Amino acid sequence: MSSDYSNIKDSAPIEHRFNPYSDNGGTILGIAGEDFAVLAGDTRHTTGYSINSRYEPKVFDVGDNIIMSANGFSADGNSLITNFKTNLQWYHFNNNEEKLKISSAARLIQHLLYGKRFFPYYVHTIIAGLDENGKGAVYSFDPVGSYEREQCRAGGAAASLIMPFLDNQVNFKNQANQPLRYLSLNEVLSLVKDAFSSATERHIHVGDYLEILIVTKEGVRTELYPLKRD
Amino acid sequence: MDHDPFRWGRPRDDIYGKYDYSIANSEHYFQEHKDKYSEFPRMNTQEPIVTGTSVIGIKFEDGIIMAADNLGSYGSLSRFTDIERLIEFNDKTVVGISGDISDLQKIERLLEELKIESSYDDVNIEFQADNIHKYLRNVLYSRRNKMDPLWNSLIVGGIGSDNEPFLKYVDLLGVEYASPALSTGFGNYLAIPILRKFLEEKGIDETKTDSDNFRNIKEEEARKCVLECMKVLFYRDARSLNKFSIVTISKKNGIKLEKNLKIEDMSWEFAKDIKGYGNGQRY
Amino acid sequence: MFRNNYDSDTVTFSPTGRLFQVEYALEAIKQGSASIGLRSDTHAVLVALKRNAEDLGSYHKKIIKIDNHIAIALSGLAPDARVLSNYLRNKAMEEKLVYNRPIPIQLAVNLLADKAQQNTQSYGSRPYGVGLLVVGYDGSGPHLFEFQPSGQVLEFYANAIGARSQGARTYLERNFSSFKSTTERELIAKGVEALRQTLKDTELTSSNTSIAIVGKSGLKIFENEDVEPFLKQETALDLAGIDENSNSTDIEERNPVEQTQVNDTNVETMDTD
Repeated sequence: MSSDYSNIKDSAPIEHRFNPYSDNGGTILGIAGEDFAVLAGDTRHTTGYSINSRYEPKVFDVGDNIIMSANGFSADGNSLITNFKTNLQWYHFNNNEEKLKISSAARLIQHLLYGKRFFPYYVHTIIAGLDENGKGAVYSFDPVGSYEREQCRAGGAAASLIMPFLDNQVNFKNQANQPLRYLSLNEVLSLVKDAFSSATERHIHVGDYLEILIVTKEGVRTELYPLKRD
Repeated sequence: MDHDPFRWGRPRDDIYGKYDYSIANSEHYFQEHKDKYSEFPRMNTQEPIVTGTSVIGIKFEDGIIMAADNLGSYGSLSRFTDIERLIEFNDKTVVGISGDISDLQKIERLLEELKIESSYDDVNIEFQADNIHKYLRNVLYSRRNKMDPLWNSLIVGGIGSDNEPFLKYVDLLGVEYASPALSTGFGNYLAIPILRKFLEEKGIDETKTDSDNFRNIKEEEARKCVLECMKVLFYRDARSLNKFSIVTISKKNGIKLEKNLKIEDMSWEFAKDIKGYGNGQRY
Repeated sequence: MFRNNYDSDTVTFSPTGRLFQVEYALEAIKQGSASIGLRSDTHAVLVALKRNAEDLGSYHKKIIKIDNHIAIALSGLAPDARVLSNYLRNKAMEEKLVYNRPIPIQLAVNLLADKAQQNTQSYGSRPYGVGLLVVGYDGSGPHLFEFQPSGQVLEFYANAIGARSQGARTYLERNFSSFKSTTERELIAKGVEALRQTLKDTELTSSNTSIAIVGKSGLKIFENEDVEPFLKQETALDLAGIDENSNSTDIEERNPVEQTQVNDTNVETMDTD
């Protein structure tokens, strides 16, 4: 049996389907300390081999002392963060301006991501903040909402370059006779800078600027450092 | 059941015979609603047909400059040579569109509709460039979510809500980014290096968006740089035209759209030595 | 006894061209406790009197936040106001999501007006039984609007709605010309003073007064102990610029107005606010 479709299919093996995703590069990194948490990201935005922008921030202060980034396909990342902020505002309306706990924020994000299980947000999401006891908290998510609280996590293009370094330097993996301890903010900041300058050396989609957001009980503050632009 | 994707789920004609529309006197109904029960399933745009090439844009002292040529290509054919791809929204906002021209016209109509709908209310607060950008990004992103994209890349330029020059990109996927120099399509390879070099010489810090950061760039210099880019694009982009428009929006002087500009001071001296440039050499 | 034949639905005009159901809805506003709104060149303020139906019960919410730049105060049926505030919150959110801008106040109240008007023109539905004062700050500065269940929306320099609000309106009419260039604190004080004109046998306390102020820097709502600093009579009077000597004439002139209002407020209702 033949039809228009089968005729086309047999003669032309070219795929013309619209691809709704792209990869916009960049990498992010979250580390929790004893009474603080940081979430850092480079500001390079790419498609393919092109640098679209050298400064397109992707780590955001979303309110209630929570910082958030969704790295990967930036259109989905931006939408996810906007959606989160919208939900947060309704949470405030409905709960008399009550602050959203970071654990509740994490559960909310799971639902936002899983809600698009069959057309996923193509992003690696990380949030950071303080938990109910004032301890630093980092939560990381896969594209469809599986999540976990961790001491540290790298996401995005250079995640595979940074993560082993973090295992060694934050969780003291493969270091003999090194007991686990909290790192100070200064130690963490210098780790973050080293991680990003190294990733910039080795990964073409990472570079230009490093933006670090730091959460403490005083609030959120931002630091900006240059990275190599090549 | 027919498993052919274009006729999926229907009784197979070769087994059951053609469907008899006279059953329950449905022939009359079918004739009336033929458009609803077409032979083929609905198809969305899978590729652009008539296309416009690069749009470029750069910020200066107290505004932005954008440029785009007037060509609508049909594949490699120069099909339409008088297409305006810089759409004025108001005296603070312009949208430069590349990609599919029919989708460009759809966007043009959406913007016109927005302008009309918002003028019904006696609200005296105008849309600024950043509002229009966000609106278009939502249009494009929701179309991509329906797997029925508007096949375009756009640059929205003008003055933003913060009363500073605004320049931001968005494309058929909903991907958006801002930069002091922007381009779509081929311009990313041909124009952006020139524009970025220009900005670097002016000592622009791309992390700052306030106009103070751009005080070194005069309108005339920026315009000259954009003209240079249009020339390079015409030299090297095969889907380009030597007729183009430039738009300038500044806080001081508002909007100025110049049409039918020609690329000047070109040198085709080299062409006479190259085969295939129509110089009579055959091999 | 006379029976009105033209008030059983909202789609029938009376022979004299009135829609009684709509007029009754306007009456419902007067059953609720007073709300005051006023604005200067830089800010808009709401001050509202909260009522508790029972001594052991909580006070009704009078001021509702819509977005970071809009708030409403209600007089009348609180449940109806919840529906309307929810609608406005959605519209404000929509504007933020689609255009990334705070919804213009005029646009917000127009949407509200259209929604309320529909109820006055369809069989089987009733008009909203609540009046609103909407304050907000947008690209064209601070605004104060009054919304009525009829679908009427008007902009004001200052206004008061709800029970015994005539006293407040009289105060505002006499003083609004001085609001133009007042400070935030003064403007609130004048709002509080206006609200005092609606009182009978009660005092403003931190538990029965709500205050909201909106300006370029956003919206602030004061409830409970946060209201306290604004209630001190002498500072309020001082700031409101009321001349002690002229007080007596003020009261004389106010009295006849109050008497006409008494009829409205003597009716005991539980559901209005």
